[in-house]
Amino acid sequence: MARRPPRWLRLAGWLCLPLMATGGMPVALAADERYAALPGGEFASVLPADGKAAPAQVAPFHLRTTPVTNAEFLAFVTAHPQWQRGRVAGVLADAGYLSHWVGPTALGAAALPQQPVTRVSWFAAQAYCETEGARLPTWYEWEYAAAADATRSDARADPAWRERVLRWYGRPSNTALPAVGGEANVYGVRDLNGLVWEWVDDFNALLVGVDSRDQDGADKLRFCGAGAISMQEKENYATLMRVAMLSALKAANTTNNLGFRCAKPL
Amino acid sequence: MQRLSVSALLAASMLALAACSSKPAAELPHAPAVSTSLPSQRGDFGPPQGEPIQAVLTSPPNVPPPIHRNYPAKVIVELEVVEKEMPISEGVSYTFWTFGGTVPGSFIRVRQGDTVEFHLKNAPDSKMPHNIDLHGVTGPGGGAASSFTAPGHESQFTFKALNQGIYVYHCATAPVGMHIANGMYGLILVEPPEGLSPVDHEYYVMQGDFYTTGKYREKGHQPFDMEKAIDEHPTYVLFNGKEGAITGDNALAAKTNETVRLFVGNGGPNLVSSFHVIGEIFDKVQPEGGTHPQENVQTTLIPAGGAAIVEFHTDVPGSYVLVDHSIFRAFNKGALGILKVDGPEDKLVYSGKEVDSVYLGDRSEPNLKAVSVAAQAHAAGTQTKEEQVAAGKQLFTGTCSVCHQDNGEGLANVFPPLAKSDYLAADPQRAISVVTHGLSGKLTVNGHEYDSVMPPMAQLTDDEVANILTYVLNTWGNPGGRITKEDVARERAKPAPANAHKEEH
Repeated sequence: MARRPPRWLRLAGWLCLPLMATGGMPVALAADERYAALPGGEFASVLPADGKAAPAQVAPFHLRTTPVTNAEFLAFVTAHPQWQRGRVAGVLADAGYLSHWVGPTALGAAALPQQPVTRVSWFAAQAYCETEGARLPTWYEWEYAAAADATRSDARADPAWRERVLRWYGRPSNTALPAVGGEANVYGVRDLNGLVWEWVDDFNALLVGVDSRDQDGADKLRFCGAGAISMQEKENYATLMRVAMLSALKAANTTNNLGFRCAKPL
Repeated sequence: MQRLSVSALLAASMLALAACSSKPAAELPHAPAVSTSLPSQRGDFGPPQGEPIQAVLTSPPNVPPPIHRNYPAKVIVELEVVEKEMPISEGVSYTFWTFGGTVPGSFIRVRQGDTVEFHLKNAPDSKMPHNIDLHGVTGPGGGAASSFTAPGHESQFTFKALNQGIYVYHCATAPVGMHIANGMYGLILVEPPEGLSPVDHEYYVMQGDFYTTGKYREKGHQPFDMEKAIDEHPTYVLFNGKEGAITGDNALAAKTNETVRLFVGNGGPNLVSSFHVIGEIFDKVQPEGGTHPQENVQTTLIPAGGAAIVEFHTDVPGSYVLVDHSIFRAFNKGALGILKVDGPEDKLVYSGKEVDSVYLGDRSEPNLKAVSVAAQAHAAGTQTKEEQVAAGKQLFTGTCSVCHQDNGEGLANVFPPLAKSDYLAADPQRAISVVTHGLSGKLTVNGHEYDSVMPPMAQLTDDEVANILTYVLNTWGNPGGRITKEDVARERAKPAPANAHKEEH
C-alpha cells in the first residue's frame, strides 16, 4: 500500500529536505535483519475504510522487528547533528525532545541503550527512518501487525490479547521502560503492544477529526450515536485508545511514552 | 487519503463524545422573550476587573475559602492531570487517572461573572491524552474540544462563569466512561455574587462507582474491567475514591450547635446516588445544584454527572454515617462515610436509651429453636458446648452481625473484626465486659486501629451473652473455650471499666 502523505506533510517534507542528510548511515536494502516481511492483505481495522464496515487493504511490507532504541537514535543524531537536542528547529520538535538524555550526544542513566527511544517528534522519527531507507508505517500497517500474537495473524478476538493491551494502559508509567525485545509475534515482530506508543505516518489523518468537530444539531446526534456504537465493541476499544492518543498529537510533539519503528515496501 | 478521510470522520465521532453533555438553561431553544431574565445573562457583569487572581484549589474533603469579592475578576485555574497508583481499599491498589492527584479532583471555586482562564496540564508521565468538560461552562463541549492535551503538554481556554451553582467537571476523552471510572471528575462551585450564607464547616464529598477485575476487597493491584462497567455492575461504590476516605481518623468533624454545608457530587460513571446522612435531616438542599432550595429533606437524589448542596445543623453529638441509601452499596461496596459531631448531649432532643427490658416474644418460633433447646438444657444441667454454639449462632445473627457482619469480619476502619481477632484471643473474659458494659475509644485489632463506639448490649440476658460469646470463641479460627451464664453474671455485677461506653444506662 504505497500511499502518499497528505499535502501539508509533503510540503513540510520538502522544507525539511535540506536539513536531512541521508548519507552517512549504511542502508541495507536487500536482507535487512532488522526488518521482517509481512504479507498484508484484507484487514478489518477499527477504522473501517469506508467509515462503516469495509476492510482495509494492506500491501505486503517490511516492518522493523523492534522499536528504534536509544543507542540507534544516538548513532543517528551523531551522524546528523541537525537532529541533536538544542540544534533541532522548534517547529520540528518541542521542548521535551530527548530531554531525558544526559546530553545532546550522550544517553546517561535515564536512557539505557537498549530501551526504546522516546520523546521524539514525528519529524525526527521520519528523518531517522529515511536513513534506513524506510518510512514510518501507516496506521493500517501498524494495526495489522499489532493484531497478531505468537501463533495467529489476528488474535484480537482472544480476551488474552486484549488483556495484554489493556494491562499496559492500567499501569502508571513511573518506572523505567524495559529494553526492546519482547516476545515475537507470528511475523517475528516484537513489542507492538505493551512497551511504548508508536508514531505512525498518517497520525494526522486522525487529527483532522479533532480539529473539525463542530457540534451543531445534526452532527451531534450522529457523533454521539456513532461513538457509542464503536465503543461497545470490546474487541475495539483497546485499539481505539491508541487512536485517541495519536489524535492528540501534533507532529512536533514528544512524550515520555512515545517512540517509533520504521517500515518499507517489499 | 481517500479512505482515511472517511475513517477520520468516524474517529472524530469517537472523540467528540463531549458533544453529548447538556448545558444549563441558557441554551433552551424556546427561551422567553424577556431574555434579560435568563440566569446566564444576569450572570454577565461585564469585563474582568483588577489584577488576575490565582484560584485556590483544594483536595477533598476540603473546600477553598469563600470569595469575599464584589466585582468580576479574571481567575486563573491551573489543574494537572496525574495518572497514579493509589489504594482503593485496604491492601488493594488501582491506577487512578486524576485531576490534581486526588479522586475526586481539586475543588475549584469562582464567583458568578468571573472570567476563568483554564490551564489543563497533562503530566509528562501520563500515558493517555486527557481533556476536561466543565458543566459550569457555556460553550461547545464544556471546554473539552479546547482542552484535548497530550502527555507532557498544556492547553489553555477561557470561559465566563455565567450561571451560579455547583457543577461537575470530568474528562471527556474516549472512552469517556473509562476515564470517568478511573476517577476523572470533580466539582466547580460558581458562587452567587452575594456569596453563600456563612456556615461553620464546608466539606467536599463525591461519589463514584469503580469496576475492577477482582472481587470487592480482593487484594493486590486490580485492573479496570470494561465489561463490568458496560454491564453497570460496580465492584466498589465509594465516597472520595477510597474505601475509608472519610471514616476513622479521616472522618469529617463538627461540633454540636454548628451548621455544616456539604457539596456532594456524583461522578458516576453509571450509578445515581440516594444520598443520605443517617441520623440527620437536611435543613436545606439545593437539589441538582439548582438555585431554589428544598427544606427538611431525608434523602436527596444525585444524578451521575450532577451535584447538590446540602446543609444541616448539628444538635446531638455522635457519629453520623453518610451513605448511598441504595444500601447494599454502603455496606457491601464501600459507600460509607462518617461525620463525627462532638459536644454536650442534649437529652431534650435525643434521650439515648431510656428503657431496657427483656422482651422474649415467642421463643418457640423455628429460627430460635436452638436458643430454647440450650436454655432447657441449661436448666436441666445437661447443656453442652455444641448447644451453646448453636444457640449463640442464632442470637448473633440480627444483633451482633449488624456491625460485625455475619462472617465476623467487621467493616474496615469502622467495626473491628471478631474473626481471628487477636484482641479477643488475648483475653476471652474481657469480651464479657465489652458486651455487657460496652466499649468506646481507640483499640487495636489485628494491627488496625479502630475508634468507634459499641453500646452495652444490656438487652441480652446472661444466658444469651454466654451463648453468643461461646459461639464467637469457637468460630472463624478463634481459640475456642466456653463462657458460662455464671461468668457473665459475675462480670455484669462488676463496675464498668474506664473504657466502657460513656452513656450509662
